[in-house]
Amino acid sequence: MQKIALVVTVASVLALSACKKEPPAELPPAPQNTASPVSPPSQAGPAPGSQEHFRQAMAGRDTIFFDTDMFNVDAEDQAALREQAAYLQQYPNARATVEGHCDERGTREYNLALGERRANAAKNYLVSLGVAADRLSTVSYGKERPIAVGSNEQAWSRNRRAVTVVMN
Amino acid sequence: MKLFSLLIFAIVLGVPAAAQAQGQPAPAEVAPPAEDEGGLSFTVTDDSAWQDLGIAIPAFATNADRPTAANSQGTGALGVELGRVVFNDLRNNGLFRPVGPDSLPRPNYAQITAPAWGTWQGRSAEMLVHGYVRAADDGRLTVGCYLYDVQLQQELVREGWVVSAAEWRRAAHKCADLVYSRLSGESPFFDSKIAYIAETGPKDNRVKRLAIMDSDGANHRFITNGQSTALTPRYSPDYSKIAYVSYLNGYARIFVYDIGSGNQTLVTQSQNTTFAPRWSPDGRTILYSMAVAGNTDVYRVSASGGGSPQRLTDAPGIDVGGSYSPDGSRIVFESDRSGSQQIYVMDANGGNQRRISFFGGRAATPEWSPRGDQIAFTHIAGDLRVAVMTPSGGGMRHLTNSWQDEAPTWAPNGRIVQFFRTARGSGEASIWQVDLTGRNERRLNTPVGASDPAWGPVLP
Repeated sequence: MQKIALVVTVASVLALSACKKEPPAELPPAPQNTASPVSPPSQAGPAPGSQEHFRQAMAGRDTIFFDTDMFNVDAEDQAALREQAAYLQQYPNARATVEGHCDERGTREYNLALGERRANAAKNYLVSLGVAADRLSTVSYGKERPIAVGSNEQAWSRNRRAVTVVMN
Repeated sequence: MKLFSLLIFAIVLGVPAAAQAQGQPAPAEVAPPAEDEGGLSFTVTDDSAWQDLGIAIPAFATNADRPTAANSQGTGALGVELGRVVFNDLRNNGLFRPVGPDSLPRPNYAQITAPAWGTWQGRSAEMLVHGYVRAADDGRLTVGCYLYDVQLQQELVREGWVVSAAEWRRAAHKCADLVYSRLSGESPFFDSKIAYIAETGPKDNRVKRLAIMDSDGANHRFITNGQSTALTPRYSPDYSKIAYVSYLNGYARIFVYDIGSGNQTLVTQSQNTTFAPRWSPDGRTILYSMAVAGNTDVYRVSASGGGSPQRLTDAPGIDVGGSYSPDGSRIVFESDRSGSQQIYVMDANGGNQRRISFFGGRAATPEWSPRGDQIAFTHIAGDLRVAVMTPSGGGMRHLTNSWQDEAPTWAPNGRIVQFFRTARGSGEASIWQVDLTGRNERRLNTPVGASDPAWGPVLP
């Protein structure tokens, strides 16, 4: 049983690392004598199905971006959402929140609504890929949580985003 | 709010005969503002008769220099402070050319009702404000306020108030309101409070706290502790509560904070993003916006907590708002149902929705003036600028011209607009005011960064 579990774990790590641009993660150590076959000790890396594990696995594809005032999911967004959906299918107990964000160049209350629109668009696409809707929730931060602090199009384009966050 | 009493009475002409010799004005508790006797603190381009109207505001007198909780040095020093509050109220509004207590001789108690005209005529003051303060045994203060025409040597108006020592500033604001409305013909607004969001921290990790202060920035108080982001507060019309948005539960929800008890209640139980709370003029209804599956609509609900919400808009798109007309019969709100943010008016029950903004660019955050004659809003055409228009959408004028000014709200007299300005780059926010004429734009002093200002009505 332990040998099979080890093979499964190794295979999934390799499968995920094929999508990343960075070097593959280290192999987790052999699983210990616990009931669960897929729970490596946390010192070796984040637990699979956790937000940190998801974030590392996505390597940036946990976020999709939008044009000014827009909330449509373009081809690049679709590719990222497919990766997210695949991860969520792999960890069927994981639930996720999609956060919607806007740039600073709009009024505060409208941006709360627009952020929700963006989060909802991402969620809808994940649902269309087979993720159960009751595993997904949405939240809007409007323009309150920028990650890029400049007042220029380069910063604004990074802030117009929807971020998927796995809930631990 | 609980313990003050404010009584208005007619002042009998002829002050009790104990005309004490006034000592030197006591040293102030705070450094007095730099004064120049005749000039404005900034230039204004066009002439107005107002700015030639010199008003002398010396220190208030007292019948007896007694200890008071309102000032550690007694009622004599309090009289100077009262004069300063009145002076700063009138000066900051740029309408008059006031001169304050620190530049003027101090009248004695008897002169409050019988001014020494020669003193003031020699100083080219057209108008003269005199006041007195008396401390009662129970600690309450009686403040009298008189406005005189120096040329005619004639009293124009007088009024008096009894306040608790803690509320001494309100008496000064009432005096400034009396002078302002008597001379300008406008309604008063100095005796009022502002709710806003205090901001600290870097742009990508802002801490936002709910805060309140008097209209001149005094009596500042933080309400929330900043652990959860607070946004867009609104005072209830009776000043007993503040409705605002908080991320306390991880997403935007509307709370009503009861100022007296400190209790917080939720406006809705929904799991959806709810925001943009607004009070009806009678304080019985709260409007809010709720985002559901990408669509946002305006709802109303009873402010007392009973009853279920009623949805007022149902167009596909984002409808946000709104602001009631002063008679409560109509609501102005914003909607992007036409493809971009524009401004619409509807009946208070949601009927007759029609667009009123047709001047290019986008229009957002509409607020109906307490006088009913104007709607202030944010005009977006490249930059974000504060603008006004009539309730039918005509006469659109910009009041400001900066990179990002947004979310105008009205002073209680419907003649001054307050908004917040965001600095390009740093994203630092500050609160500003501007007259309906577009003049006299000035920044409010707040302890830290500030946004989302909302002005309560005149305190009764």
